[in-house]
Amino acid sequence: MMLKDKDRIFKNLYGLRSWRLKAARARGAWDGTKQMIERGHEAIIEEVKASGLRGRGGAGFPTGLKWSFMPAKSDGRPNYLVVNADESEPGTCKDRDIMRHDPQLLIEGAFLASFAMQAHVSYIYIRGEFIREREILQAAIDEAYDARLIGNNNVNGWDFDLYLHHGAGAYICGEETALLESLEGKKGMPRLKPPFPANVGLYGAPTTVNNVETIAVVPDILRRGATWFASLGRPNNTGTKLFCLSGHVNTPCNVEEEMGVPLRELIDRYGGGVRSGWDNLLAVIPGGSSVPCIPANECDDLPMDFDSLKALKTGLGTAAVIIMDKSTDIIRAISRLSYFYKHESCGQCTPCREGTGWMWRVLERMAKGEAEKAEIDMLLDVSYQVEGHTICALGDAAAWPVQGLIRHFRHVIEQRIDAQAAKPIAPSVPVAAE
Amino acid sequence: MSVRRLAAEQPEGFAFTPENLEWAKAQIKKYPDGRQASAVLPILWRAQEQVGGWLPEPALRYVADMLGIAYIRVYEIATFYTMFNLAPVGRYYVQVCGTTPCWLRGADAIKDTCRKMIGAPGHVTNDGLFSWTEVECLGACVNAPMAQINKDYYEDLTPESLTWIFENLKAGRHVEPGPQNGRQASAPLGGPITLLDPELYRHEEPDEKTHAPALTDDEPKRPGAAANQRDRATPKPPLAKGRKPRPK
Repeated sequence: MMLKDKDRIFKNLYGLRSWRLKAARARGAWDGTKQMIERGHEAIIEEVKASGLRGRGGAGFPTGLKWSFMPAKSDGRPNYLVVNADESEPGTCKDRDIMRHDPQLLIEGAFLASFAMQAHVSYIYIRGEFIREREILQAAIDEAYDARLIGNNNVNGWDFDLYLHHGAGAYICGEETALLESLEGKKGMPRLKPPFPANVGLYGAPTTVNNVETIAVVPDILRRGATWFASLGRPNNTGTKLFCLSGHVNTPCNVEEEMGVPLRELIDRYGGGVRSGWDNLLAVIPGGSSVPCIPANECDDLPMDFDSLKALKTGLGTAAVIIMDKSTDIIRAISRLSYFYKHESCGQCTPCREGTGWMWRVLERMAKGEAEKAEIDMLLDVSYQVEGHTICALGDAAAWPVQGLIRHFRHVIEQRIDAQAAKPIAPSVPVAAE
Repeated sequence: MSVRRLAAEQPEGFAFTPENLEWAKAQIKKYPDGRQASAVLPILWRAQEQVGGWLPEPALRYVADMLGIAYIRVYEIATFYTMFNLAPVGRYYVQVCGTTPCWLRGADAIKDTCRKMIGAPGHVTNDGLFSWTEVECLGACVNAPMAQINKDYYEDLTPESLTWIFENLKAGRHVEPGPQNGRQASAPLGGPITLLDPELYRHEEPDEKTHAPALTDDEPKRPGAAANQRDRATPKPPLAKGRKPRPK
């Protein structure tokens, strides 16, 4: 069963139509926003809770619950909503399409979410590389101001300022407290929690950080009702989701589908199938580079949602599906991810700063077979010493792909070591000391 | 982490042009009183654009003075965030994504093409036109492999199409950014198979169905001007229409 077009939220996902305000309104944006505001901020939080919406940025935390952590009564400090548009998780490119093709959904969502949390000011933090996307989003914000949909004394009846801020190339700024540090004009180094941002966030004020997709689906949930959203997917895994299919499929693409869509249907219907057919599938990383890969034999009948993937010791993450066929050198593929985490570690916590580089160097040797079999267990052990021993989740994210590799492809590493060991020893060439 | 140091040779001084200074002051107003340090990333980025793609040390001190923060705070920001180039780059600065999703689809061949056409990473060609570097995920994974050239993403690259892009840029010709194989954005090659229900778009007016060219923030928008009013005298040409996908 394919999700019906009428149940899709992102009607201009591919940018075939105009992103401008007039066209966005014709597609349904900003319809009845004032009436939603009139229902009151608690009613909006209840509706979002009832919809079962879980954060789309990777962790899958229930959005309504997160919003309810914000203080309802101000102690003199303002409340802030910060939208995390620092989309940098390898495999993920969904927020980019929202911002360049349907920016009004994000702006309306930011307005409604800010009202629900009684915030008058919101910042969108977009990654620095998205320059064209930033231009479009800023123009869309200007259009919303000009139409008095947002701003002071706007037609919707909640004073609201929305500012666009950009980063300058740091994956770690997608971590919410690093993002806040960066927004305050510092290096993007994550903060210790607690205190959580809902108590002490941006400029020391209560702050909630939400992903672009999470915010952009809120207007449709409120317009069509929580029951509509909750009727899609299954309990605890409701709604629609943007999936990004990359890697070895015939037609890589983004698509909005119902939560829980079978992986094979995603790949076959939208991705045009695995290159050279389903039997050529080697492994899939189902939720962006940070989650462990799963081998082909676990992919046959796999619903793509939070709980099903968690049961396989992986995760839905950002729903960025990276498909690898049998031509892939899986050790190199994971090693390249380890290099990514080494490059992007902020350097604050020693296990991550040293561990990411260490894991990468060992994997590079293993890819050539120049390792001992005992090192596989040592690598696994080191990954567990990184995981959970850092301020933020980057350490975990660096450890999980390595653990996934060893869990499912230990035999490949061993075969490579054996093959290398079986080679005749080359006559040694003397080299000067380096 | 990566080790990044300031270039050995530095220019004498740095100052914003009057337009950029005015723009920078407007940026500071986005943040609450006393929080002007928040504007450091956008303002440094504008300084980098003014210099021509890199941040000299005098610019760091200039921005620190402007925002009233210690020099070391700006130095550490310039060395932490990898989009700040600390040494000169070519007029066309090519950033090739090499992370796994692009690697799976042939980023190595794209890097080889850059090595062949430009040279080693970081090397600026003698005519000053090109330099390139490998970067981590740029967030266009379904359009892999890809590269960012200055502000634009060039996607679905092959060694041939990248060579063709370089040749055109060298000859001073504009190359349309986006997918180079005729795809529409992130839709599957061959056209979307979703969002085909005309009922979704029945309220749209015919003139709204076309793809509007993007505004750019190259220049500041005039205060009070309507959002869709362009500051640039010559608008960018709209995206090429009716481009046929290249046969496989």
